[in-house]
Amino acid sequence: MNQTEDYATPTDWMCSNCDLPLEPSKVMVTYLGNSYPVQLMRCPKCGMVMVTEELAMGKMNEVEKALEDK
Amino acid sequence: MDQFQMHELEAKCVQECVPTCVASCPLHVDVRALCAEVSQENFNNGLQVIKKTLPFPGIVSRICEQPCQPVCKQNEPIGIRDLEIACVYFGASAEEPVSTAQRRKQRVAIVGGGLNGMTAAFDLARKRYPVVVFESSSALGGRLRSIPESQLPRSVLDAEIGLLTKMGIEIRLNTTVSTSPESGQVTLGQLQREFDAVYVAVGRSFSPYVMNPKEMGLGNVDSFTHGTAIANLFICGDFEKEEPFSLILSMSDGRSAAVSVDRCIQRVSLTASRSNEGPFESCLYTNTEGNKHSAGIPKGSKGYSAKEAVAEAARCLKCECMECVKACEYLSSFGGYPKKYIRSIFNNLTIVMGTRQANKLINSCSLCGQCGVICPTDLDMGKLCKEARHTMVEQKHMPPSAHDFMLSDLEFNNSEHFMMARNQPGSDSSEYVFFPGCQLSASAPEQVEKTYDYLRKHLQSVGLMLRCCGAMADWAGRADLFKNSLDQIKKQHTEMGKPKVILACSTCYEVFKENLPEIEIVSLWELFEQYGLPEGVSKKKAGVVSIHDPCSARHETKVQDSVRALVQKAGYRIEELPYNREKTTCCSYGGDMWVSNPAVAKTVVERRISESKNDYLTYCATCRDFFATKGKPTYHLLDLIFGEDVPARAARRGPDYSQRHENRARLKERLLKEVWGEAMADQASYESIHLSFSENVRQLLEDRFILVEDLQKVIEHAEKTGQKFKNPNTGCYLAHYKPTRVTYWVEYRHDGMDFEVLNAYSHRMELGENVRS
Repeated sequence: MNQTEDYATPTDWMCSNCDLPLEPSKVMVTYLGNSYPVQLMRCPKCGMVMVTEELAMGKMNEVEKALEDK
Repeated sequence: MDQFQMHELEAKCVQECVPTCVASCPLHVDVRALCAEVSQENFNNGLQVIKKTLPFPGIVSRICEQPCQPVCKQNEPIGIRDLEIACVYFGASAEEPVSTAQRRKQRVAIVGGGLNGMTAAFDLARKRYPVVVFESSSALGGRLRSIPESQLPRSVLDAEIGLLTKMGIEIRLNTTVSTSPESGQVTLGQLQREFDAVYVAVGRSFSPYVMNPKEMGLGNVDSFTHGTAIANLFICGDFEKEEPFSLILSMSDGRSAAVSVDRCIQRVSLTASRSNEGPFESCLYTNTEGNKHSAGIPKGSKGYSAKEAVAEAARCLKCECMECVKACEYLSSFGGYPKKYIRSIFNNLTIVMGTRQANKLINSCSLCGQCGVICPTDLDMGKLCKEARHTMVEQKHMPPSAHDFMLSDLEFNNSEHFMMARNQPGSDSSEYVFFPGCQLSASAPEQVEKTYDYLRKHLQSVGLMLRCCGAMADWAGRADLFKNSLDQIKKQHTEMGKPKVILACSTCYEVFKENLPEIEIVSLWELFEQYGLPEGVSKKKAGVVSIHDPCSARHETKVQDSVRALVQKAGYRIEELPYNREKTTCCSYGGDMWVSNPAVAKTVVERRISESKNDYLTYCATCRDFFATKGKPTYHLLDLIFGEDVPARAARRGPDYSQRHENRARLKERLLKEVWGEAMADQASYESIHLSFSENVRQLLEDRFILVEDLQKVIEHAEKTGQKFKNPNTGCYLAHYKPTRVTYWVEYRHDGMDFEVLNAYSHRMELGENVRS
C-alpha cells in the first residue's frame, strides 16, 4: 500500500442517510502509526467510507499482519 | 534475554550434538550421514563422507578397532567398518586435487612414517605445508606392515601410502634421526634448525627412537597437544602410554599433532577450543524405548554385497533427540527444534530494523510445559516464549491481533457482567470461597450452581467469587494487567475474611499457587473425593474413559489422583492415554494458541482426540469443549459427579464465544437472584437488540473471532445515527463501528426490532473518514 492503491470497485450500496450513490475517493488508512492513502468508495456528501469484505479479509489483513511484524 | 542466557539455553538443546558413534570415533567419521548415503545406494557419496574426515579409507576400514560399535544405539550394532569397506569397494571418488602451487613457506619435518606420522603428514600437506617424512626403515607404514595380508592387502596399503607422494610430501626412507650429534646421522637439533616445526611420531615399539624427553630437557610432553618445552618440537607420547595400542587412536594423535603444528606456526593458542578432538562423550539423547529388535545383516567372506550393505545401512537409527518435537504439534509445525527456535526468538527480540520473523513462533506456543518435562535436559520452551512475550510488550512490539481477543474476554470476565464476590447469605465473612473460574461458568453454568449447593451442604460458610484468575494477561505478556487482576483478587479475598479458596479449574489453581502463595487453596476434586459423590448418583458399571489431564495440572499429582478416584467411584474404568499426568498435552487453549495460530491449534486437537477410541474425561471445561466441538465425546468430571444426562453430556458441543459471555452473565444474574435475592445491575442498552443468524453465519463469527455483542454495538450505532449503507435491490444494510480497537462490519436486514445478520467481518486498520452528520 505504498502508492495510492485503488480499491474503489463499483457497488450497489448507497449512503442511507444522504441517499446518494458512492464515489471513488482518496482515504488515509492507518495502523500502528503507519498511514497509507487508498482509493475507496465513499459517500460524496457525509464522507462515510465503505470497506468490502474482500478488502478487509484480504489485502487489509495482509498489511496489518506485515505491520505487526515490523 | 542476553546473549549469554541465549547460549546457555541453546546448550540445553542436545539435538545438534553428534551421535555417540561419531563422538566415539577418534577421527569423527560422520557415521549417520554415511549410513544415510549407503541406505540410498549412494556409495560414491558414502566414500566422500568417509574421506571428509578420514585419510587412507582403504587402510582404516580394514584395521580400525571400531570404538563406535559398543556405543551404537541399535540393539545389534551397525557394521560400520564393513559399510566403509563397501564404500571403498563400490564407491568411486575423484582423486584428491593436490595443488603444489600455493604452498606455504614454513616447512614441517615428521619423524616416523607409521600411521601416526602419515596422518600428521597428510593433514599438514592438506593445509599446504611442505612436509618431509623421515623413516628409518625401507617403507612407510610402521606396524601396518605386520598386519596379515588377508586383513590388509599390501596393494591397498601401498596404493594409499602412494597418495602421500602424490600430495607432494617428500619421503626420506632409510633415514634414522638421532638425538646424538656423534651418531653421524640426521639429528633432531638439525631438524629443529632447518624446519619451522618438527613432529616426532616414532611410537613405543621402535626402540632405536625411544627417548626420554625429561632427560633431553624437553620437560613433560603434553599428552593432548604433544607440545614440549621447545616451542616448535612436538612429540607423540605414545611410548609413555600404558593402555593397549590402538591404530585408530594413533591416527587421532597424528591429527592432533598436525593441529598443534599448524597453530604453532600460525602463532595462535595451542589449547583454545579443542574439546572435540579425539574421542569424547556425546551429549545427544536418543530414545530407543519400544524399538523393535533389528538383526545385523550377515556378510559373506568377501564382505557385503552392494545390496547387503544397503540393507545394513538402513538399520541405522539416524540417532537424534527430537523428543519434544515428536510430542508437540506446535514445535513440529515450525520445522525445526528448540535450538533453532531459541536463536530465532533471540534475534526477534534484539532486531532493530526489519521484519520480526519469530512473532508467530513466540505467540503460538501454548506455554503448557510439556516439552520441559519430556526434555532430557528440562528445556522448557513455554517459559522462554512467555518471557519473550513480556519483552515484546515492554518493547511495544507485541502484535495486537495475537492476544486482543482473549484480553477482551478477560476484561469482560472481570467486569460487572460476570465478576462478583459474596459471602454466603447471612454471614459477613467466609471460611471457604468457591472460585469456579470463567471457563466452567461459560461452559456449564448450571454445574457451577449445583456445585455451590453441594459445597454449602458439606462446609460451613462458603462464599462465591466469580471472575477470571488473570491467566490470559500473563499469557499475553501483560504484566500490568496480570498484576491488577491479582491485586483485585487479594483485595476481594481479604474483604471476605481470607477464606480457603476452592478451585475447580487447574489454570486458576496454577495461577493461585504460583502467584498468590499467601492464599490457602484446595482443589474442588480433592473435596469431592473427601465428601463423596452427591446422593443418588448411579454407581453402576458405566463404561471406559481415557483421562485427559489439563496441562496446568501436570505437576498436581494429588489432584490427578483425586480425579481418578472419583471417576472410579462413578463406575468408570480408566484406560490411560500415552501422554498423561505430567506429560499431558495442551488442548490448544493455553497461551492463546487457538487465537494466535488456529491452524496449529486444529492439529493439536485432532491429534489429541485420535489417541484413543475411548470417550475422554477431563476436569477442565475448555479442554472438554475443544474436544467435544471437534466431535470427540468428552466428559467433564462434573458430568459424572452429578450423573445427569450421561452420555449426552459428553457429546454436547461447547457453547460458542458469544454464548460463553452470555452464560457467565446469566449465571451471575441467577445466582444473585436465587441465593442472595439481589437483582443484576441494568444491562447495557445494546444488549436489548435481538439478533438472529444462520448456522453458517454463526460459524463465520467463530472463525473470525466476532462476538454477538460486537454486532449489537454496530447495529445500535447504525440505527441510532442512520450511518449505514443500503442496497436498494436487496433491502439490506451494511454498517460499521469501532467500539474499541477493531472495526466491525455487519450486513443485516430487519423486521421491526428483529435483526437478521447476513454477514460480518472486521479489520484493525483505522479509516480516516470523519463522517459528517
